[in-house]
Amino acid sequence: MGKVKNATNAQPQPTADRATMPINTALRGLLCDRLFWTVAALLALVLGLPASGSLFAHLFPALERPVYLQEPFTQLLWQHCKLVGLSSLVATIIGSLAGIAVTRAAGQAFKPMVDTLATMGQTFPPVAVLAVAVPLVGFGELPALIALTLYGLLPVLQGTVAGLQAVPEPMQQAARGLGLSPWQSLWQLEVPMALPVWLAGVRASVIINIGTAAIASTVGAKTLGSPIIVGLSGFNTAYILQGALVVGLLAVVTDMAFERVASRVAWQA
Amino acid sequence: MIRFEHICKSYKGARVVDDLNLHIARGELLVLIGASGSGKSTILKMINRLEPHDSGRILFDGREIQSFKPRDLRLRMGYAIQSVGLFPHWTVARNIATVPNLLGWPAAKIGKRVDALLTLFELAPAQYRTRLPHQLSGGQQQRVGVARALAADPDVLLMDEPFGALDPVTRAALQQALKRIHRQSGKTIVLVTHDIDEALLLATRVVLIDQGRVVQQATPLDLLSRPANATVEEFVGRSDIGIKWLSLQSAVDRARAQPTSPGLTLAAQASLREAVSIMALHHVDRINVLDTSGQHAGVLYAADVFAPQGTPGG
Repeated sequence: MGKVKNATNAQPQPTADRATMPINTALRGLLCDRLFWTVAALLALVLGLPASGSLFAHLFPALERPVYLQEPFTQLLWQHCKLVGLSSLVATIIGSLAGIAVTRAAGQAFKPMVDTLATMGQTFPPVAVLAVAVPLVGFGELPALIALTLYGLLPVLQGTVAGLQAVPEPMQQAARGLGLSPWQSLWQLEVPMALPVWLAGVRASVIINIGTAAIASTVGAKTLGSPIIVGLSGFNTAYILQGALVVGLLAVVTDMAFERVASRVAWQA
Repeated sequence: MIRFEHICKSYKGARVVDDLNLHIARGELLVLIGASGSGKSTILKMINRLEPHDSGRILFDGREIQSFKPRDLRLRMGYAIQSVGLFPHWTVARNIATVPNLLGWPAAKIGKRVDALLTLFELAPAQYRTRLPHQLSGGQQQRVGVARALAADPDVLLMDEPFGALDPVTRAALQQALKRIHRQSGKTIVLVTHDIDEALLLATRVVLIDQGRVVQQATPLDLLSRPANATVEEFVGRSDIGIKWLSLQSAVDRARAQPTSPGLTLAAQASLREAVSIMALHHVDRINVLDTSGQHAGVLYAADVFAPQGTPGG
């Protein structure tokens, strides 16, 4: 008897709370979110570094200028993201299209050649590509963009090919047997099914490029590598540490973001 | 409906199909049977042009299939395969609606058709419409696969070992369902299998294929009672060929019109095989037989089953 009464008494309460509930859960979700905290840490680091002079002076008492102040870290971060984003975008587009092309019946003959080219792009150290590109296109962001694009191509290509080839043959045959055109089979069936593996390739490509973009500072592109390069040439360990911290954290944030997207894309629970 | 004329096909120098001539009539449930590598699957895939043939003609509805666009041809033929080939990222409803979508049916008509097919295959539409293939059992997936093949009401249904990967109970249930659908719809069905029991159960005509050639084509009963040669005998199972032959005949047909005799009674629609089995088990030589409505129809005598007339080969 008492139980029944309790139940009826308890019922109005959730309706009263309903308006505030989603905000509460959303807030709680955000506070428990690792990605949120990592992004916050990255922003705090970038914004806080210029004001951290006393800390680094304490850590590295021998250094005259313990904090890198030639460009603001926010600007370096933005430049770095822009360079990685642009090169990865181009690498993803070219790599995906090439991957689709060589897995079609008509393009299969080109697969060994495309594989070799992409592997070569990966084998060349990015510094070497930079060195070759500079005399051709001059200093600045363009040689960096070329090197990063070439470097990011292989993981995307591999992901695309592996994803498309993993689509089971009986399923493709069922699609053809039911009357889907090759084009419809590609877009409605093969691409959605290859998406998780393709995304893993893009993820690898972007993460690799975040690290590699730091080297682009050697040819005059302003990136998060600038403090590292300046620090290396000027024996300033604090600069190196600051640049490395931000690049590392950026890579972690990006990887976590990809993980978030990957869990959405997976078609099989 | 479908006619093969002098069809040959070689694959890497080996003859897979050798001067095949075959006519598949409208409304038939034709079973192509053979060992693996006999070419039966290749023959099936030639019909919807998944496999090209080297020489000869295949006519569909009186027109050579080469004169159709592959896509148009396939949209008129349902296609179901052993590994089901359901698209894993699509719901059951969308999978079934594949061909109607390609044909551009209006959404309301597609929805109705999907529900009707789910009901036909004893899957509650409200419950199964939105499920993904991996949330279904093997038998349910296979039913969805067949429903998808039937979705746009095709002229012909092509089935490539559709029940091969299922457990015996599920397989038997789906075989009965297919038989029922064939009886009700009168569709032309071409089914490939290596399972002789499945062939005997389902077929209106069995075509035994060996090394790309037709060894024998006959009704299930004729295949058992008049096997063309040793290959056929071997395939249908030499030792229990008579038992299979019994299983294809109903007990009622052999019963003497007599009033109920004391003793056992056979279930309605039982085959001679079941009758012989029960008589052997219970050491009796006669058994009461019921007709389809469950009324007494007569008495079956063991002597009549084994009488000289109408036995295999006779």
